[in-house]
Amino acid sequence: MMSEAAAMDMPHVGSSTGVTNAKLGIWLFLASEVMLFSTLFTTYIILRLGSSSWPRGWNVLNVPMGTLNTLVLITSSVTVVMAYAKAVERKRGQFRLFMGLTIALGVAFLIIKGFEWGAHFKAGEFPSSSIFLAAYFTMTGLHALHVIGGLITNSILLVLSEKQWDHPLFVGRVEAAGLYWHFVDIVWIFLFPALYLL
Amino acid sequence: METSHHNQSWLRKYVFSTDHKTIGLQYMFTALTMLLIGFIFMMIMRWQIAFPDLPIPVLGRWLPARLAPNGVMTGAFYNSLGAMHGTIMVFFGIVPLAVGAFGNYIVPLQIGAPDMAFPRLNMLSYWLYFSAAVFILASFFLPGGAAQSGWTSYPPLADFNPGQTSWILAMILVITSSLLGAINFLTTIINMRAPGMTLWRMPIFVWSEFVSSVLLLLAFPPLEAGSVLQLMDRVMHTSFFLPKEVMLFGVLYKGSGGGQPLLWQHLFWFLAHPEVYILVLPPMGIVAEIIANNTRRPPHGYKIIISSMLFIGALSFVVWAHHMFLSGMSPVLANFFLVTTMIISVPSVAILTCLIYSLRGGSIRFNTPMLYALAFLPMFGIGGLTGLPLGLTPTDIYLHDTYYVIGHFHYIVVTGSIIAMFGGLYFWFPKFFGRKMNDTLGKIHFWGSLVCMNGIFFPMFITGMAGESRRLWVPTAQVHDLAVQPWNVVSSISAWALFLFQLPFIYNFFHSLFYGEKTVENPWHATTLDWACPSPPPHGNFAEPVRVYRGPYEYSLPGAKHDWLPQNLESEAAL
Repeated sequence: MMSEAAAMDMPHVGSSTGVTNAKLGIWLFLASEVMLFSTLFTTYIILRLGSSSWPRGWNVLNVPMGTLNTLVLITSSVTVVMAYAKAVERKRGQFRLFMGLTIALGVAFLIIKGFEWGAHFKAGEFPSSSIFLAAYFTMTGLHALHVIGGLITNSILLVLSEKQWDHPLFVGRVEAAGLYWHFVDIVWIFLFPALYLL
Repeated sequence: METSHHNQSWLRKYVFSTDHKTIGLQYMFTALTMLLIGFIFMMIMRWQIAFPDLPIPVLGRWLPARLAPNGVMTGAFYNSLGAMHGTIMVFFGIVPLAVGAFGNYIVPLQIGAPDMAFPRLNMLSYWLYFSAAVFILASFFLPGGAAQSGWTSYPPLADFNPGQTSWILAMILVITSSLLGAINFLTTIINMRAPGMTLWRMPIFVWSEFVSSVLLLLAFPPLEAGSVLQLMDRVMHTSFFLPKEVMLFGVLYKGSGGGQPLLWQHLFWFLAHPEVYILVLPPMGIVAEIIANNTRRPPHGYKIIISSMLFIGALSFVVWAHHMFLSGMSPVLANFFLVTTMIISVPSVAILTCLIYSLRGGSIRFNTPMLYALAFLPMFGIGGLTGLPLGLTPTDIYLHDTYYVIGHFHYIVVTGSIIAMFGGLYFWFPKFFGRKMNDTLGKIHFWGSLVCMNGIFFPMFITGMAGESRRLWVPTAQVHDLAVQPWNVVSSISAWALFLFQLPFIYNFFHSLFYGEKTVENPWHATTLDWACPSPPPHGNFAEPVRVYRGPYEYSLPGAKHDWLPQNLESEAAL
């Protein structure tokens, strides 16, 4: 969390490009995240092409639950944009409403995911059971960790909106957190068809 | 939190500092310590290679019986030292020194910035790296000991060998640290430049750090993903890198199967080849700075050097599989990687040629940093040229996995990167601490190190071409290696002598830290912005906002009174 220090330490920082450091930084971070997840997708493709008995996703996984989770995450992408818009319009109450909704939807996603995983474990299906399940648990697990990271960031911003609402960098931070949340959403939009529907 | 930076507590100022200079020095001390530790590991291994199955003198008595019964090291301990030597030198020594230390300290100064773009993130990067370093050293004392599967950690072996889990966890920490660092460097270089500091006015060193950071940012995540998969294999018993049944050490392991051992090699080398360029580009930048300063002329082909660096950066993502010619790859693919490998040697040669040509017509000052920079040129040349036979499949089939590879790689990173970074240490020491290092001790260190390094690595070409495999615990076990065994002894003795020649450096470093000759803002009469602030620079670096008026290397301008004109001065009258 690089909150006030970045600004306070350096009163005379200009921006060579006109883009804020936070925005540039988050895009660079997302570039490396793209490499991380594309490696996992490549791994998935290579393992699947090399396998003689790759199961159909819908035979193993719970498609209705996955669909529900997709809807939940897409909705949260809308609410996070609304939160950003309200931060730009300087409407604190509505910002908190939408940011709260985003967090709630993120938590709902994790709970649904938890039920899915729980059902698999109950049925004796573990990462070690098959290469498909290994890929499923690793990829959704890593994605879930990213969701948790986003939840923490969003919660911090929700708390900070109390005292730092007028901080010159606050809106930029909301935007950066929003970009990250969209990325987490996009990863799921690739994960869902790859694992459940193909 | 919002303490004024002029009266910070001791802890905030020296330990949990957000100042790029303090963090740079923290990186430097940690990385130099790790280099020394990695070197000590190698010196122990060199005993076994030179005099197999004889008790290690002195140290042998202190090692626990589980590692070295009666002072003779076990194969497992030998493997641990080998894996740790490679991992520590590459990921915990050279990269943190090149990027973490020099990059952190010098880059913000050279672009005229008061600090890095994200000072707290910078602190987090360092402490992640530090924890990873402590953790990987602590792995020797954990049950199972340190990792034994080489620095490349190929499965299926790495999926079962003891100690590998701690290796993976340390790697995930250090990769995260590097990723955060890369984001910070790129944002800083793109966004924090002083007014007037256009891209084509940035010093070559800044450009080299820029390209390295791009490589770190994009090449490290695949290995992070690979490490996660290997962690799953080890902890959750998945089989990402395993077939259904594996027979190891006489034990049959059964899993769900469906995985591919080769996949790890692709993921690993997709990082590890760009990694090689992360190891050499910043040292090349350091050499360019030293050469420009000590020839008193602008380096030849500033734009050629930078374009070559950018070209190397882009191309380094499509050469990785030349490490895998013998791993069972389609010849069509091998041809592709052969061609890209030959192409990538062209920009490296271009950079080296520019740097050599930069000496022409200069009035060269033979001080310690310059000696190191000059030594870099032929030594890196040997390293590069000996790499070509490894990039060509017909010759690689013979040379693959022999000591020849070790010789080639170490000419690049030891007589290349480390020599250049020693030069950088002598060069920027006055900036770091406001005092100069002793020149005579520096020259003893230089000549001793140069001779010993060649004594270590040149014999490896000979043993390698004789067919001696790398990673042999007992090199005399194979008859065809017996003829070249004396060269292993030469190599080992040179390694121990190299250690002796580091003592003047260590003494010089600490003595100069406290008693060295005091120096001024710009002792070398340099032109770049790192010399336009006090030595050492205060918090915030520059007393007043800097403005840049010209390119980085305005040395010996025709008609000028002085032979240098700093970037931040509007005219010579201000000098």
